[in-house]
Amino acid sequence: MSEQLHDLRLTVNGVAHALRVPARRLLSDALRHDLGLTGTHVGCEHGVCGACTVLLDGLPTRSCLMFAVSAVDVDITTVEGLTEADGTLGAVQQAFLECHGLQCGFCTPGFLTTVTAGLRQHPTPTEDDARDMVAGNLCRCTGYTNIVRSVLRAAELAGGEA
Amino acid sequence: MKPAPFAFVRPQGLQHALEALAADEGAKVLAGGQSLVPLLNMRLAAPTTLVDINGLPALDEVLVSDEGVEVPALARQADVLASTAVRRVQPLLGLALAHVAHATIRNRGTVVGSLVHADAAAELPMVLALLGGHLRVASTAGTREIPADELFAGPLESTVRHDEIAVSAFFPALGADEGVAFAELARRHGDYAMCGAGALVRVEGDRVTRAWVAYLSVCDVPTVVDVELDDVGAEALAAAAERALGRLDPVGDVHASADYRAHLARVLTVRVLREAYDDARARAVGGRADPLGGRADPLGGRADPLGGRADPLGGRAESRP
Ligand SMILES: Cc1cc2nc3c(=O)[nH]c(=O)nc-3n(C[C@H](O)[C@H](O)[C@H](O)COP(=O)(O)OP(=O)(O)OC[C@H]3O[C@@H](n4cnc5c(N)ncnc54)[C@H](O)[C@@H]3O)c2cc1C
Ligand code: FES
Ligand code: FES
Repeated sequence: MSEQLHDLRLTVNGVAHALRVPARRLLSDALRHDLGLTGTHVGCEHGVCGACTVLLDGLPTRSCLMFAVSAVDVDITTVEGLTEADGTLGAVQQAFLECHGLQCGFCTPGFLTTVTAGLRQHPTPTEDDARDMVAGNLCRCTGYTNIVRSVLRAAELAGGEA
Repeated sequence: MKPAPFAFVRPQGLQHALEALAADEGAKVLAGGQSLVPLLNMRLAAPTTLVDINGLPALDEVLVSDEGVEVPALARQADVLASTAVRRVQPLLGLALAHVAHATIRNRGTVVGSLVHADAAAELPMVLALLGGHLRVASTAGTREIPADELFAGPLESTVRHDEIAVSAFFPALGADEGVAFAELARRHGDYAMCGAGALVRVEGDRVTRAWVAYLSVCDVPTVVDVELDDVGAEALAAAAERALGRLDPVGDVHASADYRAHLARVLTVRVLREAYDDARARAVGGRADPLGGRADPLGGRADPLGGRADPLGGRAESRP
């Protein structure tokens, strides 16, 4: 029996895409394989590492714990959507660059999306707030110190309105 | 890994959803997916049909009344946690929800899904059991209510049948003479706890009239114990903890040995009983501040009452979904 395919439209970073996928296609795989948006990374595929975090209507969500067929009524923002319209880095990306908030970069897309949403909730975070903001994301390289610094710097760059 | 193939149904209404479930014995409900999808990805479960209830209408508005809090199937954990009305009527719900996973998981995970999933390490089943709440479920045959003490059958096993949809959960309000407290110990904030406890204490003046403690992550199912407390001196509290342990059967696993769990249960019992008593007294003498300090903040975690800080390095990545 060949697997049934579903025709869907996903709105990613403001652009509507049509795709045809089996129901079991994870949103993370649809983004990477079907749409070629490989900025979203996939680590554990069971919700623990946070690398695959994207924004659904502005809220951080694990794209590995969602099927593409379920993501049709929402606006999806991936790390590619965090850059400014003119192609320069967004505040959170710029802060990670300045503060060495990444080493290998595997975890980074998940941190960038999570922190972007986090700063909307907490435009002027304390260091504790910054730690809490990223507590659900794992990084094997940095030791987190520079990530926390990046969060605080991003808040500065965004001038209290990330 | 990737899930095995399944047929996908996105029903337009509840009736359609119930028919789709009834039509396939291997069908499963998909709510927030925060427990189910990991199981599918690891191929620990392979349902033949998934009925995605996320598009169903009228299942996301939480109803708060003097009697309690009614949480419908699609209310996300983050939204229930952020509700000050919920915290006012039943503070234990917010106290426990702050410990359910991380903010990102709570954005999608539902309260009702956690109850149906029936993980003995989960916070919400313990809360429903302690408060004596119930789950309302529907099938093509009609609706029924499952009281909490009949809901949890075993590890990851609830008495919700495969052709039923849980439409809402009801958490009774806190009485005027009652106080509550919650505490848990996890290796890392946001991880499943090695042991957790909630207390409900009823007072008359400064005297305790009834006291219950409920445990998560200690036995196979959430366990509620009437600890027969009558005063809150150190000796009475220690005796209550021993009485509770007599009724518990702590299990050992890779996260904590049975002995260590027993130790944690003892310590947490004393702590939550004392706090719940203070809470009841504070309410009796006129008002009590919002337990979460008015920080309705679904995104920023909060300080662990046991003093464990969110420390991304201080523990292993918990891999149980
Ligand atoms: C990294 C991570 C950490 C976590 N940590 C914790 C934690 O510390 N504490 C904790 O309690 N939980 C934790 N969870 C689990 C999380 O809280 C889940 O959201 C919750 O257990 C299930 O809710 P859901 O809506 O996601 O349900 P789903 O995953 O969609 O469903 C779970 C099960 O319930 C059934 N189901 C769901 N809703 C209904 C319904 N309305 N009617 C009938 N059946 C239904 C499904 O068929 C499935 O069997 C964690 C999850 C992850 C990924
Ligand atoms: S890949 Fe999604 S959380 Fe790890
Ligand atoms: S930079 Fe390598 S895992 Fe975070």
